[in-house]
Amino acid sequence: MSSPATSTARAGRKATAPAPRSGSRPKRHYGTHIFLTVMAVMWLIPLGWSVFTALRPVASTNEHGYFSLAGAFNFDNFIQAWTQGGFATYFWNSVIITVPAVLVTLFLASLMAFAVSRVNWKFNITLLIMFTAGNLLPPQVLAAPLFEMAKHFEVPYSFSDSGNMLNTYIIVIAVNTAFQMGFCTFVLSNYMKALSADLTEAALVDGAGIWRQYREIILPLCRPAFAALGTLQVIFIYNDYFWPLLFIQSGNRLPITTAINNLQGQFLNNYNLLAAGAVITVIPTLVIYLLLQRQFVAGLTLGSSKG
Amino acid sequence: MSSTARELIPPESREPEGAPGRTGRAKGGRVRRLSGRDKLVLSLMVGIPTLIELTLVWLPMLMSVGLSFTRWNGLDLGDIRPAGLDNYQFISQDYPPFWPAVQHNMLWLLFLALIATPLGLLLAVLLDQNIRGSKIYQSIFFAPVMLSLALIGIIWQLFYQRDNGLLNFLLGTAGTPQAVDWFGDSSVNIWAAMIAATWRHAGYVMLLYLAGLKGVDPSLKEAAAIDGANGYQTFFRVVFPAMRPINIVIVVITIIESLRAFDVVYVINRGTNGLEMLSALVIQNLVGEGQVIGVGSALAVVLLVISLVPIVFYLSRTFGKENKA
Repeated sequence: MSSPATSTARAGRKATAPAPRSGSRPKRHYGTHIFLTVMAVMWLIPLGWSVFTALRPVASTNEHGYFSLAGAFNFDNFIQAWTQGGFATYFWNSVIITVPAVLVTLFLASLMAFAVSRVNWKFNITLLIMFTAGNLLPPQVLAAPLFEMAKHFEVPYSFSDSGNMLNTYIIVIAVNTAFQMGFCTFVLSNYMKALSADLTEAALVDGAGIWRQYREIILPLCRPAFAALGTLQVIFIYNDYFWPLLFIQSGNRLPITTAINNLQGQFLNNYNLLAAGAVITVIPTLVIYLLLQRQFVAGLTLGSSKG
Repeated sequence: MSSTARELIPPESREPEGAPGRTGRAKGGRVRRLSGRDKLVLSLMVGIPTLIELTLVWLPMLMSVGLSFTRWNGLDLGDIRPAGLDNYQFISQDYPPFWPAVQHNMLWLLFLALIATPLGLLLAVLLDQNIRGSKIYQSIFFAPVMLSLALIGIIWQLFYQRDNGLLNFLLGTAGTPQAVDWFGDSSVNIWAAMIAATWRHAGYVMLLYLAGLKGVDPSLKEAAAIDGANGYQTFFRVVFPAMRPINIVIVVITIIESLRAFDVVYVINRGTNGLEMLSALVIQNLVGEGQVIGVGSALAVVLLVISLVPIVFYLSRTFGKENKA
């Protein structure tokens, strides 16, 4: 498991391998299937219950109760959450934060990873350890100083209506970037280390500078790692609850993951609407999951393939 | 970064096997000066990310340590007063939620380590046998890993509610005085929250172990079978030890997740009334009316010191080998 590339290749090969032993011991597999089916049903209940509640209008639950199949099923709650609950705004806020944060994180991490993995110099391991350690800290350890730094960093009112960095998207993007950069640098540097040194040696002989080695040789070879890490980071940053909670004070600027918490108060006991909000929040991650499951799984295992 | 740039040397060959047809090339230790432009490019490549990392991660971490020895309301920088160890004395002796929070963090860790992680391992082992429908099972168990812990708090709230929650209905207590408010009742809510967290953690562990199991050399299992080992012996004596790198990652992830347990309790009730957690207490002291930055920072330092144990363990495992190589 020394290189991420081989581990994913190995995983792919095994998945397509035939199952020679599956027919030989059917008895054991009955028990396994029963256990797995029970677990799978239990696993689906919370999400299934949310979808079920979200599809029923408040009127029918008031009439028939929450535990009933009677009454109408429709998308009214979703429409109401999207238009009146402000979900359109929250969703857009999530996009504004997630897209730049992921792009900047991957770009900076690839620069750093190149420098520590393809160039041999005194402090590369030290820096790599520093980056990796930073990512493992609980974010709350940094909360107080980061909040005060943002509050005391004064900017013109034309730039931010708070007069400082609080309540801006920039600070959320910057802190997310700084926090996720460690993990991405670690994964990318392992990936780049696994690429043959001869690749850049040959370029060096041709007189290619550092930037050309990075841009034209290493970067294109890292595409699979970028795809996996990009998918993972989109999910991580979209799912981030804490940093907007800390920095953003205006409710209408919150991204969807942080905003959903306010709905508990806003939708006062209208659990149908709350469930619709929860399901709307799940949809983007579920779409990514269905489309890019392989990338996401590869991203998660990339980080653990070296230990 | 200009002084370090001078020490930059071009990549030496890391691969033990040299490319054929290029003899006469000195291996390793060959130092060639980089051009001025390359030095500038490399300085920027290293300098910009390092500057961001230092300003937004390492500097705040050190400031947390510094602020924990002061008294400050967070308003005017001139009002920061030295306080010695007062904040630490306060949290350990006069701050009622502190010890419950430490206990809850420990309980959370034990629950993840003894229930959620083994459950994930069990699922991975069962699904690794190439049984029919393995991919569907995997997708189901893995789905919660895609969700944020904040959203998991909301989804389980719908399931756990006193009057309209599915769990009370299934137990036949919905609408009766025996109905339990699973997230509101301080005697059970920590357990309810840990089960919600398990829903996500077990899927994550399953995924990592599935990758780990696929990396185990099949000939090891065959050799154990020839030697007469049964299924359990093969797994615990051969396969499990062979997954040592993954095991280390899982141990670290389990510890770190239990220290980070913030989102789910904060969504439920901001980490009060039975759900006190160190991370939530840090934030309560930061955003509340009181704004006692010193106390919040002291709590953050306690969290930091505990976190350093798994972090240092992981880093020494990961980079220790590399330094020797």
